[in-house]
Amino acid sequence: MENPLLLFSLIIFAPALGALVLAFVPKDKPDIIRLFTLVVTVVVLILTILMAIPGQLPVSFDLSVDTMQGASQVSWIPTFNIDYFLGADGISFPLVVLTALVTMLAMGASWSITKHVKGYCILFLLLETGMLGVFLALDFFLFYVFWEVMLLPMYFLIGIWGGPRKEYAAIKFFLYTLFGSVLMLIAILMLYFNSDLTAPGMKAEQLVAANIVPLQEGSTPEASLEAWIDSGKSLALQYAEKINDPAQPMHTFNILALQQMGQHTNLFHGELWGCSIQCWAFVLLFIGFAIKVPVVPVHTWLPDAHVEAPTPISMILAGVLLKMGGYGIIRICYPICPDAGFELRYWVCAIGVISMVYGALAALAQKDFKRLVAYSSVSHMGYVVLGLGVWSASAGNLYNSDYWNMGIQGAMFQMIAHGVSSAGMFFLVGVLYDRVHHRNLDEFGGIFGKMPLYTGLAIVIFFAALGLPGLCGFIGEVFVVLSVWKFSTTLAVISAAVVILTAAYILWVIQRVYLGAEYKGPHEEALVPMNLREVSIAIPLVVLAILFGVFPGCLLQYMDPTIDRQVQELVAWQKREKPAELNSKQSDKSSNDSAVSMDVRSRDKHPGLELTDQQVSLFEGPSPDHRFFSESP
Amino acid sequence: MNFNSLVDQAIDNTIHTSVPLFGPELVICVTIFVLLAARVLPLVEKIDAFYLALIGVFVALCIPFGGQPWRMLVSPDEFARVEIFSGMLIYDGFTVFIRGILLVFAILLMLLVRLSKVFDRRDGTDTYTLLLGATLGLSLMASANHLLMIFLAVEMASVPSYVLAGMRKDRRVSSEAALKYSIYGAGTAGIMLYGISLVAGIANTLHLPTMATRLATMWPELSVEQTYVLALGGLMIMIGLAFKLSAVPFHFWCPDVFEGGSAEVNAFLSVASKAAALALLVRVVIGVGVIPSTADHSTVTLANLPPAVETTFLNVSDEQPGEPGNGIRDNASGPSRAGQAGLKNFMGLLIAVIAAVTCTFGNLAAYGQRNINRLLAYSTIAHAGYMMMAIPPVVAMASQNMDGAEKAVAALAMYMAIYLFMNLGAFSIVAILRDQLGSEEIADYAGLIRRSPGIAICFAVILFSLVGLPPLAGFIGKFAIFAALVDGWKVSGQGYLMALLIVGGINTAVSLFYYLRVAKVMTIDPEPENRHSSEGSLVSRVQFGYVLLVTVPIVFFFFQWDWLSRLARAATTHLLS
Repeated sequence: MENPLLLFSLIIFAPALGALVLAFVPKDKPDIIRLFTLVVTVVVLILTILMAIPGQLPVSFDLSVDTMQGASQVSWIPTFNIDYFLGADGISFPLVVLTALVTMLAMGASWSITKHVKGYCILFLLLETGMLGVFLALDFFLFYVFWEVMLLPMYFLIGIWGGPRKEYAAIKFFLYTLFGSVLMLIAILMLYFNSDLTAPGMKAEQLVAANIVPLQEGSTPEASLEAWIDSGKSLALQYAEKINDPAQPMHTFNILALQQMGQHTNLFHGELWGCSIQCWAFVLLFIGFAIKVPVVPVHTWLPDAHVEAPTPISMILAGVLLKMGGYGIIRICYPICPDAGFELRYWVCAIGVISMVYGALAALAQKDFKRLVAYSSVSHMGYVVLGLGVWSASAGNLYNSDYWNMGIQGAMFQMIAHGVSSAGMFFLVGVLYDRVHHRNLDEFGGIFGKMPLYTGLAIVIFFAALGLPGLCGFIGEVFVVLSVWKFSTTLAVISAAVVILTAAYILWVIQRVYLGAEYKGPHEEALVPMNLREVSIAIPLVVLAILFGVFPGCLLQYMDPTIDRQVQELVAWQKREKPAELNSKQSDKSSNDSAVSMDVRSRDKHPGLELTDQQVSLFEGPSPDHRFFSESP
Repeated sequence: MNFNSLVDQAIDNTIHTSVPLFGPELVICVTIFVLLAARVLPLVEKIDAFYLALIGVFVALCIPFGGQPWRMLVSPDEFARVEIFSGMLIYDGFTVFIRGILLVFAILLMLLVRLSKVFDRRDGTDTYTLLLGATLGLSLMASANHLLMIFLAVEMASVPSYVLAGMRKDRRVSSEAALKYSIYGAGTAGIMLYGISLVAGIANTLHLPTMATRLATMWPELSVEQTYVLALGGLMIMIGLAFKLSAVPFHFWCPDVFEGGSAEVNAFLSVASKAAALALLVRVVIGVGVIPSTADHSTVTLANLPPAVETTFLNVSDEQPGEPGNGIRDNASGPSRAGQAGLKNFMGLLIAVIAAVTCTFGNLAAYGQRNINRLLAYSTIAHAGYMMMAIPPVVAMASQNMDGAEKAVAALAMYMAIYLFMNLGAFSIVAILRDQLGSEEIADYAGLIRRSPGIAICFAVILFSLVGLPPLAGFIGKFAIFAALVDGWKVSGQGYLMALLIVGGINTAVSLFYYLRVAKVMTIDPEPENRHSSEGSLVSRVQFGYVLLVTVPIVFFFFQWDWLSRLARAATTHLLS
């Protein structure tokens, strides 16, 4: 396991290999097939956890490193400069672990699937390969391939094993996502043909950052570049040939290199139909990712897909698939197209807030338990978009990026927390559905009396989704809401108010389903306590929900260095490229500034944001340089 | 230079340069002759025509000079551009590549005809003969360099196709299809011939490279009437090509012929015909729109023949036989470039509009189809649209960036190679299922996954590849063509290329729906009650093996498409320069 590429490949393709093996297992042995699939997902989870524990493997994740770890590539399609390029950093690695975990738990929940078990397990494993690949791929073409690979298994998993309207839901999901990914493909091609590794802005430092030039031990980037050119590798030869010829650009799909180009060159400033190329690329990519997140108004596939999908697939949809949209925005949209991201920041934030409000209101109106949970996902993922969209360095003085940093941290934390809580909620809904075969909210009640353990676990998970302090949902939401405060007070007030709506629908659900004197629906006799398998799926989620709530640092320590670096790079870009924007703000800054600092100082008095000292110290967590309220006097 | 020496030179050139490079076509001719003769000779009558035909095509593919397309990767210079038969045909990597596709396809198709049961032995012989005859015509289309040759080749390919469309003699609908096809074909051929005569009248030549330079020189001085006549002629030639491509609005024959014909013939019409027609379109577009970049182009073409001969031979109307063709080309370099721009823009935009409309129409019309042949017919129309999208960037980039233009043609070539497997696979499954189920209705495929999981999975793979989803090779073709469009826009700044890309992209999403419907019927829908209750798979092992043989490349080429990409690139290296 010395070679990180090997380990990453093993993580990605172990499920696919498992699927291949399953193809040769006779289909009349469903238990063996299920067990084998579970073992494969457990192996993947163990590999990722071994990576997560520092020092466990030679290629384990290093908490102190803020750049891409284990990034390594081999050439795949030289004619288009496409590499098989994998790596993980603080943004992608927690999502990889989350994927492995949720997939394993979902497989545990798949024992209720009895139809065509073999086909189900094969598709399930292929789906896992696609999901892990998306988070680990650093080549844009490879990323796109994994992104699409996931679609087909998902279509069939919903379409064959789903509920009554499964075909409609499956094709809706497929069409929406494919439409988004076609737009993404157009953007990818635009970026590719405008990219140029030999552009003047791409200095040795940038090439090293893009992992194209390997940095020699104890040497400067410039010297490494020289050594690389002399190394005689095919890419180096191509570089040496084209560096002196501006007519011959050297295109690339390398996401890291595209990020460097977006921030250090003007390659993406060309014009098409009145907008810059990066503006088009940003919008196209954002639509593609927004469909996946999903945000209003392209969210309509989600309630249908969730309601019709079988329980384990709902868990994966909510727990992992939605995160891909957020991951794409943070990894691709902003670093590659910072200019467009800066110009469109209010749009992005507004879309996020609209999703939060709309999702919460729609959840209030639902009669179907699963549909309600689905709309709560729309609302919660709105926080992610909002947190990512906050570009608060422009609103503050002296390029203060703390709030921006906080917004991204909040978004990332929210993604993981939502992965835990929503997977848990869908699982718990599924447990009830397996027993009484309906999801009508008006026909529940009194579950507490019949299934006390289940209800206890459910209340923890639902409170986590609500954002109760001490549970995982709180940290992400509060980070995001606080970060927006300085960016736009209006949006902050609205987003803070959404917490009330969230509390309303969650508490109402708890009241209608779990509390009350008696159960009002059919199949009352089937309401037996959870079995061991079900308990052992729910417990890890509950434990994580509490752990992330009381000790967020254990998760933040993975993400912080990378997020800090990305924000610092974008702030540096902003200092170079957007000084005018800031100067114009300077004039009305004085009034703004006092308002903001008052907010920060008077946080204890502010009704929506009451924090105890203990909680503040929790935010500050174990990383000492993460100063949460650095502006306080 | 007297007449005798001219004749001597011509004979010498024909025997030493042209005939060897024409080897594969000659082998096919011999095979056709043997097939026909074998039926009347009592001794050889016993030999199955299938083997004769197979051996013939195999030899044509592998003969050392002129065949062996895979050798392009090893020694690309062997496949440099040479005009043969005094400029009537052109021999270059692209010719060899397209011919390779046609021959490989012929082999696979004959295997399919053998495996399926629609043609008995006697009909089988006829089928092989007609297939080879049409392949010969298609191969000439791909290498035509002269308007007259274009017409002859199109006719040569079309006439056997008409007969093939009517091969299922027991079905009325089949005869109707053949009649419709031939009437439509004859009509468009007439229009095309008229167009050729109009263009020839203006340009005073039928030889494409000469015509390009002539037109470029004349462009600034053309009167308005002459421009109209020229545009009309160009449009009429395009009609002939559009018919072969089944491009909108000349696609009406396609669904009816496909419904009436057998799936095997449909595979031929949709793959081989289309590949050759696109190759011909490339030739015409390059021939008319792109001035040969250097004067020494003609010295490459006929190294051992003075350039004068080339021009005199072809352009009898040329008033000064002694004047070398080079003179014209040298004159062309100045004002013509500017003059050329108008012609090129017109051509690029025209093809872009046809491509966009064809693609969109094909995808929308496929929605309502219940018959799998009709559905695949519309899918073919849509794919013709995608493939035509590769040509506007060729036109747009030709003068600024030869490399980019050649890459765009390479993208097209790659698409064709992948398309061969996708469509052949789809039609082979339709043919095999037709033999077993006796039906070509999509609804009758319900629950196929329960009965023959292998076939159903292969069919699903093929359908998703037709949509263009990774990790299947259909995505590669689309990706390459879309990439060519963006490259063309980047180089030339023509916004319509981006618009075309968006049309293509949206079409991809739209097309998902009807392909997915077929996959859904096979996998999700329950098996009909009244299906023969006999247990076991619907297809024999050999048939399944064949389907697998065609499906595996679709997956394989996705992971190893660099090889295909390099081959296509090598094939187009000498196309423009």
